[in-house]
Amino acid sequence: MTNSVAGELTDLELPVERGCPFAPPAAYERLREQAPINKIRLASGGEAWWVSGHEEGRAVLVDPRFSSDKRKDGFPLFTLDAATLQQLRSQPPLMLGMDGAEHSAARRPVIGEFTVKRLAALRPRIQDIVDHFIDDMLAADQRPVDLVQALSLPVPSLVICELLGVPYTDHDFFQSRTTMMVRRTSLQDRQQAFAELRAYIDDLVTRKESEPGDDLFSRQIARQRQEGTLDHAGLVSLAFLLLTAGHETTANMISLGVVALLTHPDQLALITADPGRTPMAVEELLRYFTIADGVTSRLATEDVQIGGVNIKAGQGVIVSTLSANWDPAAFNDPAELDIERGARHHIAFGFGPHQCLGQNLARMELQIVFDTLFRRIPTLRLAAPAADLPFKNDAVIYGLHELPVTW
Amino acid sequence: MTRIKADSALCVGSGQCVLTEPAVFDQGDDGIVVLLTDHPDDQSAAQARHAITLCPSRALSILEE
Ligand code: HEM
Ligand code: SF4
Repeated sequence: MTNSVAGELTDLELPVERGCPFAPPAAYERLREQAPINKIRLASGGEAWWVSGHEEGRAVLVDPRFSSDKRKDGFPLFTLDAATLQQLRSQPPLMLGMDGAEHSAARRPVIGEFTVKRLAALRPRIQDIVDHFIDDMLAADQRPVDLVQALSLPVPSLVICELLGVPYTDHDFFQSRTTMMVRRTSLQDRQQAFAELRAYIDDLVTRKESEPGDDLFSRQIARQRQEGTLDHAGLVSLAFLLLTAGHETTANMISLGVVALLTHPDQLALITADPGRTPMAVEELLRYFTIADGVTSRLATEDVQIGGVNIKAGQGVIVSTLSANWDPAAFNDPAELDIERGARHHIAFGFGPHQCLGQNLARMELQIVFDTLFRRIPTLRLAAPAADLPFKNDAVIYGLHELPVTW
Repeated sequence: MTRIKADSALCVGSGQCVLTEPAVFDQGDDGIVVLLTDHPDDQSAAQARHAITLCPSRALSILEE
């Protein structure tokens, strides 16, 4: 290599297990100390640039010379297995994998569904949903309760039901299939749940085409009709994107946030004393865990000079949002969980044109869950030592498989 | 005097600006940024500067006139 690589080529098996459940892998720190951008050798073969620095990570993610199209040759694909990639290549692309004008054309029509104002109108309904599941927890005699099944998974699933306009009578069906899809069950069970859900959503879109309501699908259908471009398959894919991007992610953040707050009682006390602090606690928790690390991978389409290195067209780049969010240059004493630090510049939702479409929905769900759970069950505690909990160490999206709690 | 500019062609509707300084930034029904004022008072201007650093699409800028 003739370019100015700071730090030598390093082997990094991705995804790297976290080791300590409350900190990035030690290898991340080592790489960031070498340089904000390093060359790594992927266990899957090939090389890629590993971006650890916060400033450099943002610079890559806003730069239109980097592509999100995972179907392109040379894309650093450590998060996908061959079967998933095959599936990806056979389906129409989603906004997540589009670039430039095509991406903008796919994203623009839906951003109106996720404005701060529109989401504020959903708040009372989300509060009801959260209260409902906490009622059920309190009513059951059995303890400990697995919070993942009792609260973390069902809340975002029902919220997406609301968003998509799934009729009330179908909520149980939707709920059970979405949960099944992310359970540690057999691949066959998961595939069956996926197929049933796909058929259901397909049918739901058809119903909305003839009987519109006040929901995301109906508005998209009306707009598409006006433009003379009704895209049934595209709407079904959109529903799946919202479901897969918004369900397990939010669920994992709920579970991890509860563990972090229970193991940092001083921080928990700050929000129970003044729920006005909860929004900033949510930002700090998003930073601290950065559960979607590495999904922000890109491919250089032109030669780019960034952070003192020359990235060549055709080379892969992995922005480690977790490493960036623990960059001491951006966050003082990053290992400290400090809800008052002012963490809004974290990039746990990514940065640039693909920055999470559902971020303000996720924020609201997390705020409501933490406020309501600790207000209604002030004696809540872990029913197992934190270090023994089954963290999703090897998963693309970090989280917890189970979270036994009692009170 | 401070003047805020928003480039609606770049905006990706993340709402970060609205969360940061709702006295200056709003979103239209289409999700795209709308300026409620382009000459904020000093306090709002400080918040607006923060919003500019958070905007994921670099759609916002500030001019000191
Ligand atoms: C705590 C929860 C969540 C986290 C950590 C998260 C994280 C992310 C990240 C890092 C990206 C950027 C990917 C990239 O740049 O390639 C993203 C994109 C996206 N997220 Fe989220 N997300 C969360 C919740 C949600 C929710 C609730 C929804 C919707 C209901 C959602 C929908 C999307 C969509 C549609 C995209 C693609 C946007 C685009 O390509 O323009 N996410 N998310
Ligand atoms: S922060 Fe930037 S991208 Fe987000 S709504 Fe405001 S102007 Fe648009």
